Amino acid sequence: MPSLKSLRTRINSVKSTRKITSAMKMVAAAKLRRAQEQAQAARPYAERMERMLGSLAASLAGGEGGPALLAGTGKEQTYLIVAVSSDRGLCGGFNGSIARFVRNKARKLIVEGKTVKILCVGRKARDILKRDLEKNIVGTIDEIGRPQLGFHHAEKVAQRILHMYEAGEFDVCSVVYNRFKSAISQIVTDQQLIPFAPPVAVEPARGEAPKLVAPGDSQAIYEYEPDEGEILADLLPRNLSVQIYRALLESNASEHGARMTAMDNATRNAGDMINRLTLNYNRTRQAIITKELIEIISGAEAV
Amino acid sequence: MADKVEFELVSPERLLLSRAVEMVVVPGVEGDFGVLAGHAPLISTVRPGIIEVHEDGKITDRIFVAGGVAEVNAERCTVLAEVAMPVGEIDRHKVEAELKDLADDLAAAKTEDDRDVLQAKIVIAESKLQAISTVH
Repeated sequence: MPSLKSLRTRINSVKSTRKITSAMKMVAAAKLRRAQEQAQAARPYAERMERMLGSLAASLAGGEGGPALLAGTGKEQTYLIVAVSSDRGLCGGFNGSIARFVRNKARKLIVEGKTVKILCVGRKARDILKRDLEKNIVGTIDEIGRPQLGFHHAEKVAQRILHMYEAGEFDVCSVVYNRFKSAISQIVTDQQLIPFAPPVAVEPARGEAPKLVAPGDSQAIYEYEPDEGEILADLLPRNLSVQIYRALLESNASEHGARMTAMDNATRNAGDMINRLTLNYNRTRQAIITKELIEIISGAEAV
Repeated sequence: MADKVEFELVSPERLLLSRAVEMVVVPGVEGDFGVLAGHAPLISTVRPGIIEVHEDGKITDRIFVAGGVAEVNAERCTVLAEVAMPVGEIDRHKVEAELKDLADDLAAAKTEDDRDVLQAKIVIAESKLQAISTVH
Protein backbone atom coordinates (compact mmCIF):
# COMPACT_ATOMS: atom_id res chain seq x y z
CA MET A 1 0.00 0.00 0.00
CA PRO A 2 1.47 3.38 -0.95
CA SER A 3 2.19 5.60 1.98
CA LEU A 4 0.01 8.60 2.69
CA LYS A 5 2.84 10.98 2.03
CA SER A 6 3.64 9.58 -1.40
CA LEU A 7 -0.03 9.75 -2.33
CA ARG A 8 -0.19 13.35 -1.25
CA THR A 9 2.80 14.30 -3.38
CA ARG A 10 1.34 12.53 -6.37
CA ILE A 11 -1.96 14.33 -6.03
CA ASN A 12 -0.14 17.63 -5.85
CA SER A 13 1.99 16.91 -8.86
CA VAL A 14 -1.00 15.90 -10.96
CA LYS A 15 -2.76 19.04 -9.80
CA SER A 16 0.04 21.24 -11.03
CA THR A 17 0.14 19.34 -14.32
CA ARG A 18 -3.54 20.06 -14.70
CA LYS A 19 -2.91 23.72 -14.08
CA ILE A 20 -0.32 23.77 -16.85
CA THR A 21 -2.43 21.88 -19.36
CA SER A 22 -5.46 24.02 -18.74
CA ALA A 23 -3.38 27.18 -19.13
CA MET A 24 -1.97 25.82 -22.38
CA LYS A 25 -5.45 25.11 -23.56
CA MET A 26 -6.50 28.69 -22.92
CA VAL A 27 -3.46 30.03 -24.71
CA ALA A 28 -4.05 27.75 -27.67
CA ALA A 29 -7.68 28.81 -27.84
CA ALA A 30 -6.74 32.47 -27.95
CA LYS A 31 -4.07 31.86 -30.56
CA LEU A 32 -6.40 29.68 -32.56
CA ARG A 33 -8.88 32.48 -32.90
CA ARG A 34 -6.23 34.84 -34.17
CA ALA A 35 -4.78 32.26 -36.54
CA GLN A 36 -8.20 31.51 -37.88
CA GLU A 37 -8.91 35.15 -38.55
CA GLN A 38 -5.60 35.49 -40.31
CA ALA A 39 -6.28 32.46 -42.46
CA GLN A 40 -9.67 33.85 -43.36
CA ALA A 41 -8.18 37.23 -44.26
CA ALA A 42 -5.71 35.61 -46.62
CA ARG A 43 -8.33 33.69 -48.53
CA PRO A 44 -9.57 36.41 -50.92
CA TYR A 45 -6.07 37.04 -52.24
CA ALA A 46 -5.34 33.39 -52.87
CA GLU A 47 -8.71 32.91 -54.53
CA ARG A 48 -8.31 35.82 -56.89
CA MET A 49 -4.77 34.87 -57.66
CA GLU A 50 -5.97 31.42 -58.58
CA ARG A 51 -8.69 32.81 -60.79
CA MET A 52 -6.34 35.14 -62.57
CA LEU A 53 -3.74 32.45 -63.09
CA GLY A 54 -6.38 30.10 -64.31
CA SER A 55 -7.49 32.48 -67.04
CA LEU A 56 -3.90 33.30 -67.92
CA ALA A 57 -2.90 29.68 -68.12
CA ALA A 58 -5.97 28.95 -70.22
CA SER A 59 -5.08 31.69 -72.67
CA LEU A 60 -1.56 30.36 -72.91
CA ALA A 61 -2.60 26.73 -73.20
CA GLY A 62 -1.98 25.36 -76.64
CA GLY A 63 0.98 27.65 -77.03
CA GLU A 64 4.33 25.96 -76.66
CA GLY A 65 6.13 25.60 -73.37
CA GLY A 66 5.50 28.61 -71.26
CA PRO A 67 7.60 29.30 -68.20
CA ALA A 68 9.16 26.32 -66.48
CA LEU A 69 7.07 26.87 -63.37
CA LEU A 70 3.95 26.24 -65.41
CA ALA A 71 5.11 23.59 -67.82
CA GLY A 72 7.50 21.69 -65.57
CA THR A 73 10.91 20.43 -66.51
CA GLY A 74 9.55 17.68 -68.69
CA LYS A 75 10.69 14.95 -66.33
CA GLU A 76 9.30 13.52 -63.16
CA GLN A 77 12.41 12.12 -61.62
CA THR A 78 13.10 14.09 -58.49
CA TYR A 79 10.37 15.00 -56.05
CA LEU A 80 10.58 17.67 -53.43
CA ILE A 81 8.18 17.32 -50.53
CA VAL A 82 7.70 20.31 -48.30
CA ALA A 83 6.49 19.05 -44.95
CA VAL A 84 4.84 21.73 -42.86
CA SER A 85 4.76 20.95 -39.16
CA SER A 86 5.13 22.87 -35.93
CA ASP A 87 8.14 23.74 -33.83
CA ARG A 88 6.62 22.60 -30.59
CA GLY A 89 5.08 19.40 -29.47
CA LEU A 90 2.17 18.69 -27.14
CA CYS A 91 -0.38 19.02 -29.86
CA GLY A 92 -1.74 15.52 -30.21
CA GLY A 93 -1.41 13.79 -33.54
CA PHE A 94 -0.68 16.98 -35.45
CA ASN A 95 2.96 16.36 -36.31
CA GLY A 96 2.66 12.61 -36.28
CA SER A 97 0.09 12.56 -39.05
CA ILE A 98 2.19 14.85 -41.25
CA ALA A 99 5.24 12.70 -40.70
CA ARG A 100 3.33 9.52 -41.40
CA PHE A 101 1.92 10.89 -44.63
CA VAL A 102 5.29 12.14 -45.82
CA ARG A 103 6.96 8.86 -44.94
CA ASN A 104 4.40 6.81 -46.84
CA LYS A 105 4.59 9.08 -49.83
CA ALA A 106 8.37 9.07 -49.86
CA ARG A 107 8.48 5.27 -49.58
CA LYS A 108 6.04 4.89 -52.44
CA LEU A 109 8.06 7.20 -54.66
CA ILE A 110 11.32 5.50 -53.76
CA VAL A 111 9.84 2.13 -54.65
CA GLU A 112 8.89 3.61 -58.02
CA GLY A 113 12.51 4.51 -58.52
CA LYS A 114 12.19 8.25 -57.99
CA THR A 115 14.48 10.45 -55.99
CA VAL A 116 12.87 12.10 -53.02
CA LYS A 117 13.99 15.23 -51.25
CA ILE A 118 12.30 16.59 -48.19
CA LEU A 119 12.27 20.15 -46.97
CA CYS A 120 11.00 20.42 -43.43
CA VAL A 121 9.25 23.52 -42.25
CA GLY A 122 9.08 23.30 -38.50
CA ARG A 123 11.36 21.37 -36.23
CA LYS A 124 9.04 18.53 -35.33
CA ALA A 125 8.75 17.00 -38.78
CA ARG A 126 12.50 16.80 -39.04
CA ASP A 127 12.80 15.24 -35.60
CA ILE A 128 10.40 12.49 -36.54
CA LEU A 129 11.48 11.95 -40.13
CA LYS A 130 15.18 11.89 -39.54
CA ARG A 131 14.88 8.48 -37.94
CA ASP A 132 14.48 6.70 -41.25
CA LEU A 133 14.73 9.31 -43.98
CA GLU A 134 17.66 11.34 -42.77
CA LYS A 135 19.55 11.34 -46.06
CA ASN A 136 16.47 12.56 -47.93
CA ILE A 137 16.08 15.68 -45.84
CA VAL A 138 17.69 18.56 -47.67
CA GLY A 139 16.91 21.28 -45.23
CA THR A 140 14.89 22.56 -42.33
CA ILE A 141 13.33 25.92 -41.81
CA ASP A 142 12.30 26.41 -38.24
CA GLU A 143 11.23 29.14 -35.88
CA ILE A 144 9.01 30.34 -38.67
CA GLY A 145 6.23 32.73 -37.87
CA ARG A 146 7.58 34.02 -34.58
CA PRO A 147 6.29 36.21 -33.14
CA GLN A 148 3.66 36.43 -35.84
CA LEU A 149 3.38 34.68 -39.15
CA GLY A 150 3.64 37.13 -42.02
CA PHE A 151 3.72 36.99 -45.75
CA HIS A 152 7.47 37.58 -45.81
CA HIS A 153 8.01 34.27 -44.04
CA ALA A 154 6.23 32.51 -46.86
CA GLU A 155 8.26 34.47 -49.35
CA LYS A 156 11.45 33.26 -47.76
CA VAL A 157 10.37 29.65 -48.09
CA ALA A 158 9.26 30.27 -51.67
CA GLN A 159 12.59 31.89 -52.53
CA ARG A 160 14.42 28.87 -51.27
CA ILE A 161 12.26 26.51 -53.30
CA LEU A 162 12.67 28.65 -56.39
CA HIS A 163 16.43 28.68 -56.05
CA MET A 164 16.45 24.92 -55.79
CA TYR A 165 14.19 24.68 -58.80
CA GLU A 166 16.32 26.98 -60.89
CA ALA A 167 19.35 24.96 -59.91
CA GLY A 168 17.55 21.91 -61.27
CA GLU A 169 17.48 20.11 -57.95
CA PHE A 170 13.97 18.76 -58.41
CA ASP A 171 11.24 18.39 -61.01
CA VAL A 172 8.03 18.23 -59.02
CA CYS A 173 7.28 20.00 -55.79
CA SER A 174 4.39 19.47 -53.46
CA VAL A 175 3.56 20.72 -50.02
CA VAL A 176 2.06 18.58 -47.27
CA TYR A 177 0.25 20.39 -44.51
CA ASN A 178 -2.64 20.10 -42.10
CA ARG A 179 -5.66 21.85 -43.48
CA PHE A 180 -7.82 23.39 -40.83
CA LYS A 181 -11.31 21.98 -40.79
CA SER A 182 -12.30 22.61 -37.23
CA ALA A 183 -10.64 22.77 -33.86
CA ILE A 184 -10.94 19.03 -33.48
CA SER A 185 -10.28 17.94 -37.01
CA GLN A 186 -7.40 18.64 -39.32
CA ILE A 187 -6.98 17.11 -42.72
CA VAL A 188 -3.59 16.22 -44.07
CA THR A 189 -3.45 17.80 -47.51
CA ASP A 190 -1.02 17.22 -50.33
CA GLN A 191 -0.88 20.07 -52.79
CA GLN A 192 1.23 20.22 -55.90
CA LEU A 193 3.05 23.52 -56.34
CA ILE A 194 5.40 23.00 -59.25
CA PRO A 195 4.48 22.59 -62.03
CA PHE A 196 1.46 24.73 -61.39
CA ALA A 197 -1.72 22.69 -61.54
CA PRO A 198 -4.82 24.81 -62.08
CA PRO A 199 -7.42 23.90 -59.49
CA VAL A 200 -10.22 21.83 -60.92
CA ALA A 201 -12.92 23.48 -58.92
CA VAL A 202 -12.47 26.14 -56.31
CA GLU A 203 -14.74 25.23 -53.47
CA PRO A 204 -16.08 28.27 -51.71
CA ALA A 205 -14.46 28.89 -48.36
CA ARG A 206 -16.53 28.33 -45.29
CA GLY A 207 -18.61 31.31 -44.24
CA GLU A 208 -18.44 32.90 -47.64
CA ALA A 209 -21.04 32.89 -50.32
CA PRO A 210 -20.02 31.03 -53.46
CA LYS A 211 -18.43 33.39 -55.91
CA LEU A 212 -20.64 34.22 -58.80
CA VAL A 213 -18.54 34.12 -61.87
CA ALA A 214 -20.38 35.84 -64.65
CA PRO A 215 -20.82 33.61 -67.67
CA GLY A 216 -18.24 34.39 -70.27
CA ASP A 217 -16.06 35.90 -67.59
CA SER A 218 -13.20 33.50 -68.06
CA GLN A 219 -13.50 33.50 -71.81
CA ALA A 220 -13.16 37.25 -72.06
CA ILE A 221 -10.24 38.20 -74.20
CA TYR A 222 -7.85 40.08 -72.04
CA GLU A 223 -5.39 42.65 -73.07
CA TYR A 224 -2.03 42.18 -71.45
CA GLU A 225 0.31 44.83 -70.29
CA PRO A 226 3.17 43.98 -70.82
CA ASP A 227 2.59 40.59 -72.51
CA GLU A 228 1.28 37.27 -71.17
CA GLY A 229 4.69 35.74 -70.81
CA GLU A 230 6.04 38.51 -68.65
CA ILE A 231 2.99 38.71 -66.45
CA LEU A 232 3.04 34.98 -66.02
CA ALA A 233 6.72 35.05 -65.18
CA ASP A 234 5.91 37.60 -62.51
CA LEU A 235 2.78 35.92 -61.28
CA LEU A 236 3.93 32.33 -60.96
CA PRO A 237 6.61 32.90 -58.31
CA ARG A 238 4.19 35.11 -56.48
CA ASN A 239 1.56 32.41 -56.64
CA LEU A 240 4.06 30.03 -55.11
CA SER A 241 4.52 32.38 -52.17
CA VAL A 242 0.78 32.75 -51.81
CA GLN A 243 0.16 29.03 -51.83
CA ILE A 244 2.88 28.51 -49.25
CA TYR A 245 1.52 31.34 -47.19
CA ARG A 246 -1.85 29.69 -47.23
CA ALA A 247 -0.35 26.34 -46.27
CA LEU A 248 1.52 27.97 -43.38
CA LEU A 249 -1.58 29.75 -42.15
CA GLU A 250 -3.73 26.66 -42.34
CA SER A 251 -1.07 24.65 -40.60
CA ASN A 252 -0.74 27.32 -37.94
CA ALA A 253 -4.45 27.34 -37.24
CA SER A 254 -4.50 23.54 -37.23
CA GLU A 255 -1.64 23.41 -34.79
CA HIS A 256 -3.43 25.56 -32.28
CA GLY A 257 -6.64 23.65 -32.81
CA ALA A 258 -4.88 20.34 -32.30
CA ARG A 259 -3.10 21.62 -29.22
CA MET A 260 -6.31 22.96 -27.77
CA THR A 261 -8.01 19.60 -28.15
CA ALA A 262 -5.03 17.68 -26.84
CA MET A 263 -4.72 19.93 -23.82
CA ASP A 264 -8.43 19.76 -23.17
CA ASN A 265 -8.18 15.98 -23.04
CA ALA A 266 -5.12 16.16 -20.85
CA THR A 267 -6.87 18.47 -18.42
CA ARG A 268 -9.83 16.13 -18.23
CA ASN A 269 -7.61 13.11 -17.71
CA ALA A 270 -5.71 14.88 -14.98
CA GLY A 271 -9.01 15.66 -13.28
CA ASP A 272 -10.02 12.00 -13.39
CA MET A 273 -6.68 10.98 -12.05
CA ILE A 274 -6.92 13.42 -9.16
CA ASN A 275 -10.34 12.03 -8.26
CA ARG A 276 -9.02 8.49 -8.26
CA LEU A 277 -5.97 9.36 -6.24
CA THR A 278 -7.99 11.34 -3.71
CA LEU A 279 -10.34 8.42 -3.22
CA ASN A 280 -7.38 6.15 -2.72
CA TYR A 281 -5.83 8.60 -0.30
CA ASN A 282 -8.97 8.91 1.81
CA ARG A 283 -9.42 5.16 1.92
CA THR A 284 -5.87 4.62 3.02
CA ARG A 285 -6.19 7.26 5.69
CA GLN A 286 -9.41 5.69 6.95
CA ALA A 287 -7.80 2.27 6.98
CA ILE A 288 -4.93 3.54 9.09
CA ILE A 289 -7.28 5.19 11.59
CA THR A 290 -9.34 2.02 11.88
CA LYS A 291 -6.22 -0.02 12.38
CA GLU A 292 -5.02 2.25 15.15
CA LEU A 293 -8.41 2.11 16.86
CA ILE A 294 -8.43 -1.67 16.75
CA GLU A 295 -4.99 -1.73 18.26
CA ILE A 296 -6.04 0.57 21.10
CA ILE A 297 -9.26 -1.34 21.81
CA SER A 298 -7.67 -4.75 21.73
CA GLY A 299 -4.89 -3.40 23.97
CA ALA A 300 -7.47 -2.11 26.46
CA GLU A 301 -9.35 -5.42 26.45
CA ALA A 302 -6.20 -7.31 27.20
CA VAL A 303 -5.62 -5.31 30.35
CA MET B 1 -25.58 51.46 -60.62
CA ALA B 2 -24.47 50.95 -64.13
CA ASP B 3 -21.74 53.55 -64.18
CA LYS B 4 -19.82 52.16 -61.23
CA VAL B 5 -16.99 49.72 -61.14
CA GLU B 6 -16.52 47.09 -58.43
CA PHE B 7 -13.12 47.84 -57.04
CA GLU B 8 -11.25 45.31 -54.93
CA LEU B 9 -7.85 45.78 -53.39
CA VAL B 10 -6.40 42.68 -51.79
CA SER B 11 -3.07 42.06 -50.13
CA PRO B 12 -1.99 38.61 -48.94
CA GLU B 13 -2.73 39.63 -45.38
CA ARG B 14 -6.16 41.16 -45.82
CA LEU B 15 -8.87 42.47 -48.08
CA LEU B 16 -8.33 46.21 -47.95
CA LEU B 17 -11.12 47.60 -50.00
CA SER B 18 -14.09 46.17 -51.76
CA ARG B 19 -16.78 48.51 -52.97
CA ALA B 20 -18.32 50.08 -56.02
CA VAL B 21 -16.58 53.27 -57.06
CA GLU B 22 -16.72 55.70 -59.93
CA MET B 23 -13.14 55.45 -61.08
CA VAL B 24 -9.81 54.07 -59.94
CA VAL B 25 -6.41 55.16 -61.17
CA VAL B 26 -3.90 52.32 -61.08
CA PRO B 27 -0.17 52.76 -61.60
CA GLY B 28 0.56 50.18 -64.29
CA VAL B 29 4.09 49.29 -65.38
CA GLU B 30 3.51 51.02 -68.66
CA GLY B 31 1.88 54.09 -67.21
CA ASP B 32 -1.05 54.96 -64.98
CA PHE B 33 -4.45 53.99 -66.21
CA GLY B 34 -7.89 55.00 -65.06
CA VAL B 35 -10.61 52.39 -64.82
CA LEU B 36 -14.22 53.34 -65.37
CA ALA B 37 -17.16 51.01 -65.73
CA GLY B 38 -17.14 49.16 -69.04
CA HIS B 39 -13.36 49.09 -69.32
CA ALA B 40 -11.91 46.62 -71.80
CA PRO B 41 -10.60 43.42 -70.17
CA LEU B 42 -7.00 43.94 -69.14
CA ILE B 43 -4.39 42.30 -66.99
CA SER B 44 -1.44 44.43 -66.06
CA THR B 45 1.39 44.36 -63.61
CA VAL B 46 1.47 47.24 -61.17
CA ARG B 47 4.54 49.24 -60.24
CA PRO B 48 5.04 50.69 -56.75
CA GLY B 49 2.91 53.79 -56.49
CA ILE B 50 -0.44 55.14 -55.43
CA ILE B 51 -3.87 53.88 -56.30
CA GLU B 52 -6.40 56.68 -56.36
CA VAL B 53 -10.08 56.06 -55.82
CA HIS B 54 -12.34 58.68 -57.32
CA GLU B 55 -15.91 59.24 -56.28
CA ASP B 56 -18.17 62.11 -57.26
CA GLY B 57 -15.30 63.78 -59.02
CA LYS B 58 -13.14 63.78 -55.90
CA ILE B 59 -10.33 61.55 -54.73
CA THR B 60 -11.68 59.69 -51.71
CA ASP B 61 -8.88 57.22 -51.04
CA ARG B 62 -5.20 57.14 -51.76
CA ILE B 63 -3.53 53.83 -51.15
CA PHE B 64 0.10 53.00 -51.55
CA VAL B 65 0.92 49.66 -53.21
CA ALA B 66 4.33 48.10 -53.59
CA GLY B 67 3.73 46.37 -56.88
CA GLY B 68 1.32 43.64 -57.82
CA VAL B 69 -1.13 42.75 -60.55
CA ALA B 70 -4.38 44.31 -61.66
CA GLU B 71 -7.17 42.52 -63.43
CA VAL B 72 -9.80 44.65 -65.08
CA ASN B 73 -12.98 43.74 -66.86
CA ALA B 74 -16.22 45.52 -67.65
CA GLU B 75 -17.67 45.28 -64.14
CA ARG B 76 -14.72 44.72 -61.91
CA CYS B 77 -11.26 45.93 -61.13
CA THR B 78 -9.19 43.68 -58.87
CA VAL B 79 -5.77 44.68 -57.66
CA LEU B 80 -3.59 42.05 -56.03
CA ALA B 81 -0.95 44.01 -54.17
CA GLU B 82 2.00 42.64 -52.28
CA VAL B 83 2.03 45.41 -49.73
CA ALA B 84 -0.71 47.95 -49.50
CA MET B 85 -1.38 50.70 -46.99
CA PRO B 86 -3.30 53.96 -47.01
CA VAL B 87 -0.98 56.85 -47.72
CA GLY B 88 -1.98 58.46 -44.44
CA GLU B 89 -0.47 55.54 -42.51
CA ILE B 90 3.01 55.92 -43.94
CA ASP B 91 5.39 57.33 -41.38
CA ARG B 92 8.02 59.49 -43.04
CA HIS B 93 10.64 59.02 -40.33
CA LYS B 94 10.22 55.29 -40.28
CA VAL B 95 10.62 55.02 -44.02
CA GLU B 96 13.66 57.26 -44.00
CA ALA B 97 15.25 55.16 -41.28
CA GLU B 98 14.39 52.03 -43.21
CA LEU B 99 15.92 53.46 -46.34
CA LYS B 100 19.11 54.21 -44.46
CA ASP B 101 19.25 50.69 -43.04
CA LEU B 102 18.70 49.25 -46.49
CA ALA B 103 21.49 51.35 -47.96
CA ASP B 104 23.81 50.06 -45.24
CA ASP B 105 22.73 46.50 -45.90
CA LEU B 106 23.28 46.98 -49.59
CA ALA B 107 26.83 48.11 -48.99
CA ALA B 108 27.39 45.03 -46.84
CA ALA B 109 25.58 42.58 -49.13
CA LYS B 110 27.79 39.93 -50.63
CA THR B 111 25.84 37.92 -53.15
CA GLU B 112 24.16 39.16 -56.28
CA ASP B 113 20.80 37.80 -55.10
CA ASP B 114 20.94 39.68 -51.81
CA ARG B 115 21.72 42.84 -53.68
CA ASP B 116 18.77 42.37 -56.01
CA VAL B 117 16.39 41.83 -53.12
CA LEU B 118 17.68 44.91 -51.29
CA GLN B 119 17.56 47.00 -54.43
CA ALA B 120 13.92 46.09 -54.88
CA LYS B 121 13.21 47.06 -51.27
CA ILE B 122 14.92 50.38 -51.77
CA VAL B 123 12.79 51.13 -54.80
CA ILE B 124 9.69 50.42 -52.73
CA ALA B 125 10.84 52.62 -49.86
CA GLU B 126 11.72 55.43 -52.23
CA SER B 127 8.36 55.30 -53.91
CA LYS B 128 6.79 55.38 -50.46
CA LEU B 129 8.59 58.63 -49.75
CA GLN B 130 7.51 59.96 -53.08
CA ALA B 131 3.95 58.99 -52.25
CA ILE B 132 4.02 61.08 -49.09
CA SER B 133 5.59 64.09 -50.71
CA THR B 134 2.80 64.25 -53.28
CA VAL B 135 0.28 64.54 -50.47
CA HIS B 136 1.89 67.21 -48.31
